[in-house]
Amino acid sequence: MRILTIALTLLLLPLAPAHAGKTLDQIRQRAQVVCGVSTGVIGFSSADSRGRWNGLDVDVCRAIAAAVLNDPDKVKYVPLNAQQRFTALQSGEVDLLSRNTTWTLTRDASLGLHFTAVTYYDGQGFLVPKKLRITSARQLKNAEICVQSGTTTEKNLSDWFKAQGIKIKPVVFEKFEASIKAFFSGRCQAYTTDASALAFIRSKEAPQPDDYMVLPELISKEPLGPVVRRGDDEWFAIVKWVIFALIEAEEYGITQANVEQMKAGGDPAVQRLLGSAEDSGKLLGLDRDWAARALKAVGNYGEMFQRNVGSASPLKLPRGANALWNKGGLMYAPPIR
Amino acid sequence: MMQVATSRAWLRRNLFADAFSSATTLVLLAAALYLLPGLIDWLLLQAVFKADAAACQAVNHAGACWGVVAEKYRFILFGRYPYAEQWRPLLATALLLLVIGAGGMRLLARGPLLAACALSLPAFIALMGGGHFGLSQVGSDQWGGLPLTLLLAATGMLLALPLAILVALGRQSDLPLLRAVCLMYVELVRGVPLISVLFLASFLFPIILPQGLSIDVLLRVQAGIVLFAAAYLSETIRGGLQAVPVGQRDAAAALGLRRWQAMRWIILPQALRAVIPSIMNSAVSIFKDTSLVTVVSLYELTGSLSLALAGDAEWRSFHLEGYIFIGLIYWVGCYSMSRFSANLEHDSKLPQE
Repeated sequence: MRILTIALTLLLLPLAPAHAGKTLDQIRQRAQVVCGVSTGVIGFSSADSRGRWNGLDVDVCRAIAAAVLNDPDKVKYVPLNAQQRFTALQSGEVDLLSRNTTWTLTRDASLGLHFTAVTYYDGQGFLVPKKLRITSARQLKNAEICVQSGTTTEKNLSDWFKAQGIKIKPVVFEKFEASIKAFFSGRCQAYTTDASALAFIRSKEAPQPDDYMVLPELISKEPLGPVVRRGDDEWFAIVKWVIFALIEAEEYGITQANVEQMKAGGDPAVQRLLGSAEDSGKLLGLDRDWAARALKAVGNYGEMFQRNVGSASPLKLPRGANALWNKGGLMYAPPIR
Repeated sequence: MMQVATSRAWLRRNLFADAFSSATTLVLLAAALYLLPGLIDWLLLQAVFKADAAACQAVNHAGACWGVVAEKYRFILFGRYPYAEQWRPLLATALLLLVIGAGGMRLLARGPLLAACALSLPAFIALMGGGHFGLSQVGSDQWGGLPLTLLLAATGMLLALPLAILVALGRQSDLPLLRAVCLMYVELVRGVPLISVLFLASFLFPIILPQGLSIDVLLRVQAGIVLFAAAYLSETIRGGLQAVPVGQRDAAAALGLRRWQAMRWIILPQALRAVIPSIMNSAVSIFKDTSLVTVVSLYELTGSLSLALAGDAEWRSFHLEGYIFIGLIYWVGCYSMSRFSANLEHDSKLPQE
């Protein structure tokens, strides 16, 4: 299956349509942003019982739709699985891929794509039963480890243990449900995936949460962020700067609720961002209110985080590496000026 | 008294005829007694029927959580179709089932049935797609759940059968070129898995086509399924054609029938009748194979189920119940098909000489 995807991808590369500057026109023409999302990752993108999408990745799409089309609801969500996501972007089926996708050199350099910005810094960890009595991933010698295929997770696993000189046996599953069912029924001694999911899996999916623990090691860097097709620099810039605007807004204390007030305030940097002094949108091919609209739709990055994956969500993840740069985290937006 | 005696006789005859059958009966009975209480307990007694996630989590898998079906049935049945417009897929599905049912139970004569088939498909598409009669437009990539499964399977079978007959006849043709083309088609399509046909139809096709010309993704996938099913069916039908004795052909010629007349009235009816079970086998398998279209972002029953549950923090852990629900739908579909096939076989049997 994966070999097939790679083969297809290679086949598609030289043929990929290059619409320079066309994406924005197409989006305006159909009055809809087509956004590739996951087939269901709690906190990042998932559909509720009535088919409405929500999550951190979904809010990025909403913010972009608000900036470009003046309506955060003008988004069509296309759920894509891990194997088909890049092909769907390359073939033009979606305008952007906002689907917890890890930024790596191979993907950035060889798939005909551009990663725009990082919206979540994740890392890969391990969940183990307490009865194993281990405290470190280094003690997983000869262990069978359940992992989902088609993602960077699988490769990180083998790489890390190879570097440590430890032999393990990965047990690979295509579906998330199958992989955790297998782990909780004792098929494997450990389960590995992104740390953002582990805590929730332990608390909600485990038959007895207290029988399991998350090991302290993070074995990889997983910067997740939206991806666009190559060949359209204008669209690339729009996606990138909408995300930067959301991060910058948190730094300046602009929230969903106080956008209008802040517009009238005295801070020149805020006025530039919100378009009340300079027209920062013109350079992107948008109007001057682009960032203000995005903020009114989804709030600043901190609010998005809080609502979808942070303390106001079922995941209850700490900000950690995703705090602003001046609060000990990695979230840093280039200046909007 | 009479009744007891007969039921005793029945028991003796059917369950305890000899030592072996008595032992089998006892073993099966013991197994049922061992398994049933737990099953009934899980399925019904401890089950939660309300759409209440907290109640389901409190039971903690000791009983089934049918609440997940109560909460998500619309998403499971209709997938990504806009929520407010879901009466349309409901109506379209009912229409399709009505026509299939009427055809299956043979309530309609051939003429009206063909007309109903020919009309129901455009009606289905018009209802689902909208864009006229005041219905809002819904792109075919948003169709999902049961209507999509039915559409893919029914259209797949309906179009594959005539194509398969043509290919099967083509392989028996006297023209070497036609024979070679048919052979190549069958061998090529049978040589690859359905999943790669779907991938090609969905991802490669739009890039091969000239710019500006785009064919609907559902149409491409449907065409892929038809071509795939026809390749298998044509081999089945070719087997049937070979089973018709040569004497039949000679007899038809002796009656002065032309070749195609002989084919239409003598050979094909016998050939098709001989392979009814195999054709139905293919139909059942197409019905279930439609679940593969999930790989190209069309979310039919199984796809919409995982879409409905995978990202839901409260309900995700109850997908087993969801799978049982759609398993039931598949079973009803497949069982109806096999009943239809059995009836058809029974009715088309030649009178015994």
